[in-house]
Amino acid sequence: MRFFKGFLLSVLMMAFMVFPVYAAETIKIGAILAVTGPASFLGAPEANTLKMLADEINSKGGIKGRKIELIIKDSGANPEKAISFAKQLIEEERVFAIIGPSTSGETLKIKNICEKGKTICISCAAAEKIVNPVAKYVFKTPQKDSFAARKIFMQMQKMGIKKIGVVVGNTGFGKAGKAQLEKLAPEYGIDIIISEVYDKKATDLTALVTKLKAKGVEAVVNWSIVPAQAIIAKNMRQIGLNVPLFQSHGFGNIKYVKAAGAAAEGIIFPAGRLLVADVLPDDHPQKPVLMKYKRDYESRFKEEASTFGGHAYDAFMILVTAIEKAGFDKEKVRDAIENLKGFVGTGGIFNFSPTDHNGLDIDSFEMLTVKNGRFVLLEQK
Amino acid sequence: MRNIYLKILALTITVVGIDLVTNAMDKTYYLTQLTMSLYYAMVVLALVLLMGYAGQISLGHAGFFAIGGYTTAVMSTINLLPYKDKPLINTLDKLRLLVLREDLYGDQILSFNPWVGVLLSLLIVAIVAYIIGIPVLKLKGHYLAMATLGFGIIVYRIVLGTALFGEADGISDVPAFKILPGLSINGEMDTKRMNYYIAAFFVVVLVYLLLNLINSRPGRALRAIHGAEEAAEASGIDTAKYKLKAFVISAVITALAGALLTHFNGGIGPSEASVMKSVRYVAIVAAGGMTSVWGGLSMAMILNFLSLRGYFGSYDDAVFGAVLILIMLFAPEGLLSLKIRTGIKKKTKQPHNI
Amino acid sequence: MSTELFFQYIAAGLTYGFIYAIVAIGFNIIYNTTGIINFAQGEFVMLGSMTAITLNAFMPLPLAILLSVLITMIVGAIMEMLFFRWLESPTVLRMIIITIGLSIIIREIALAIWGENVRALPYFTGNEVTSVSIFGAHISPQVLWVIGICSIVVVALQMFFKFTRYGRQMRACAANREAARLCGINAKNMVTLSFVLSAGIGALAGCVVSPITYSQYNMGVPLAIKGFTVAILGGLGNSMAAVAGGLVLGILESFSVWIMPSAYKDAISIAILLLILFFRPGGLFGRKEELALKEF
Repeated sequence: MRFFKGFLLSVLMMAFMVFPVYAAETIKIGAILAVTGPASFLGAPEANTLKMLADEINSKGGIKGRKIELIIKDSGANPEKAISFAKQLIEEERVFAIIGPSTSGETLKIKNICEKGKTICISCAAAEKIVNPVAKYVFKTPQKDSFAARKIFMQMQKMGIKKIGVVVGNTGFGKAGKAQLEKLAPEYGIDIIISEVYDKKATDLTALVTKLKAKGVEAVVNWSIVPAQAIIAKNMRQIGLNVPLFQSHGFGNIKYVKAAGAAAEGIIFPAGRLLVADVLPDDHPQKPVLMKYKRDYESRFKEEASTFGGHAYDAFMILVTAIEKAGFDKEKVRDAIENLKGFVGTGGIFNFSPTDHNGLDIDSFEMLTVKNGRFVLLEQK
Repeated sequence: MRNIYLKILALTITVVGIDLVTNAMDKTYYLTQLTMSLYYAMVVLALVLLMGYAGQISLGHAGFFAIGGYTTAVMSTINLLPYKDKPLINTLDKLRLLVLREDLYGDQILSFNPWVGVLLSLLIVAIVAYIIGIPVLKLKGHYLAMATLGFGIIVYRIVLGTALFGEADGISDVPAFKILPGLSINGEMDTKRMNYYIAAFFVVVLVYLLLNLINSRPGRALRAIHGAEEAAEASGIDTAKYKLKAFVISAVITALAGALLTHFNGGIGPSEASVMKSVRYVAIVAAGGMTSVWGGLSMAMILNFLSLRGYFGSYDDAVFGAVLILIMLFAPEGLLSLKIRTGIKKKTKQPHNI
Repeated sequence: MSTELFFQYIAAGLTYGFIYAIVAIGFNIIYNTTGIINFAQGEFVMLGSMTAITLNAFMPLPLAILLSVLITMIVGAIMEMLFFRWLESPTVLRMIIITIGLSIIIREIALAIWGENVRALPYFTGNEVTSVSIFGAHISPQVLWVIGICSIVVVALQMFFKFTRYGRQMRACAANREAARLCGINAKNMVTLSFVLSAGIGALAGCVVSPITYSQYNMGVPLAIKGFTVAILGGLGNSMAAVAGGLVLGILESFSVWIMPSAYKDAISIAILLLILFFRPGGLFGRKEELALKEF
């Protein structure tokens, strides 16, 4: 009896497959984002940003007269789902391009799939491995980790810091950052005397910062994108470890500053200019773009814009710009992205080339600090 | 016995039928998610053996899956080219255990033949399951659930904290697994049908073995343990031995699924080792009715297929949570039993210890 | 290691320890009356702190906490009445699976309500950088709050179980449910009461730890796992032992960071859990005679 019910169910399942596929004069853009799950602080603002931009462009009549059909797939930061979705978007939906994924692990899993499927993929994840080795169809918008590390080290040199402690969260972002810091430190004559990894869901890091204190570090670099980066700031001050705290560009979310409260004061970190858009000089080329994105996002979603949403903004607008230039031929659009110069985005000014699929340089970062609960430029302070 | 062959025949026809239908409708891309679902179904069937037949819960099967997948992923992506002249590597090469390949970006990689990785992963899991099985299976109820959960968490932590396993990024660029000339497990778009049939083959064989097991002597012993462990012990069944065997076999099947899916996907990430994955497998087994091979198989195929295609959107976990609660509240013997109960009076069966 | 550092590690360990202990006590209450391990215990903690944070926007902190504890208690009662009360002699396996399912559902509902944002209650005294110095170790005043409230809860619970009618009835149910029923105790209501109590304690725990750990929709699971480890370490069902177990685990974890990479910190506590389960399933403090009667 059970067997036949099972049999019936599988027949039902075949019926499931007879879903209609709509074909219209739209341009399909897929997105694989970690809207929920452990990386939702990346995926959620990214998804919001894409929806906002697609609506905006469609209300103006679309790109070259064709409306955008945005297909957002929530991977929950699961690589196996990203793989499934990537194949689905490429083979089945035949999307024009894929925005995302949000995390490095997922992007690295689908890099080959996009490459073989000849589909443009503009990732919103940080790891350098995404664009090195260069895959013909894979691009990314977040700044390179190595630039952030260099910025931090340059600042340390200015401050005369020699012995530092490095702590990172156990996410792909933290892992990549740790590798860059350890690789570049000798170039700047800086000695990493202790390097530690903590759990992305860590709730208290007193023991860890005590260990840092015991080693006598002159500064701490924390490289992570998780809530724990606010906890580490708090715990350091609580136990009286009063050395400068450097954060990565993953700190670019005012929520973390709020969470860290008084402990956030004086944290130094590199970031794109989105966070300090209002204090940028008026003649800065990025200012109009940044202010518009920030205003639009904040008025629609009633939450502060973060640099993560900005990565999706850049990815989407780079694609749109390239399509406007090259039309609706995938190959030509890919070439257009590769040759795109001087594109002003939220992350910086992009100059792509066949060997550089990120397009940003070290000037895309600004050193920021926290003053009275707000982000300000370090040099303005 | 003839009954079993009929069932296997029907299953095979279903497998072929699905392929033909998708082809006729020009929707072969469904085969990608179907293939992945088939591998996950192997895990569910392995759990039916452990939970349904032997009555032992495991909240750590994602751990075995991950050990299987990660072992073969490491073995087939580790680049030994710089050490080519070391005597050990040289010997391995001479034994034809190594293969040289070129990746998409033109780099040469010398690594183990996937056969070595897959077999090694099964061996490692068998040993691990045996070693932890001895103390774990002495526990019952909550203690057993918590111990297996703990095992799963440790695997997850190790995977996430170890550079060799790629930490949070996992391992990508896992090459194809060439089983025989012309037969290989890979994620290429033009070999979808072959891969579907390979996965289906494993599932059909597994179903056949499980159906045979029920009617065999060990199968009866396991069911006796499920029904009443003390009684089984009293009637001379070495319960510890049978439980351990079921545990190890279940773990090895799970590891095989993990290894094969890793080759199909071309990579693996830490999410495969997460607690939520283990809970999902249990949810599917529960939805299928714990003891039912067919229930487990059909539920695994339907739920995984829909989940992997993204039908549940952002409510993926919520769907599995709801399935768990509803099934356990209203149909603890599985969805398939629900209609039977309302229809024909159910034949008196041996009491289920669910 | 200097004494100052030593005490700093001890202080960190105490912080972890009391947080775990207060979660473990919640486990124990339900376990005692029903024999269920409530895998959704961590969700009570999450609900309590998230509700308090939301309420704190409209009212003073003490009132917000009080109200959120009450609300979570009601959720606990509803949960018991909807999902457990009417089940006839459910097996352990079924119970485990239901509570796991509940934990997932509550988490997803919380995600729908509050989103993925990280929030926190304000520090009860001082702010993020305030610390008091004890034996050269710096401790946030919030840690003292955690320790204080945890101690009060433990003492109050002991008094409740010893001296009040309901408390005694609950103990009677824990000792022998059938016999308690024959004596005219409404065992079903006692089970509901245990869920209510447990939810309340969980919510209170969520409120006190929120300034330290922050609150997020998915904070429950890791806390529940630690809480369970501690409950087992002390011996399931024994609240005083849970506090001791919490301190042991907290301090072990804290010092483990000193010796080895902190990436493996959580693996350590789980390894301890497994060792205890394998070799002393009655917990560190379980008595031999009692253990002989229990089944693991």
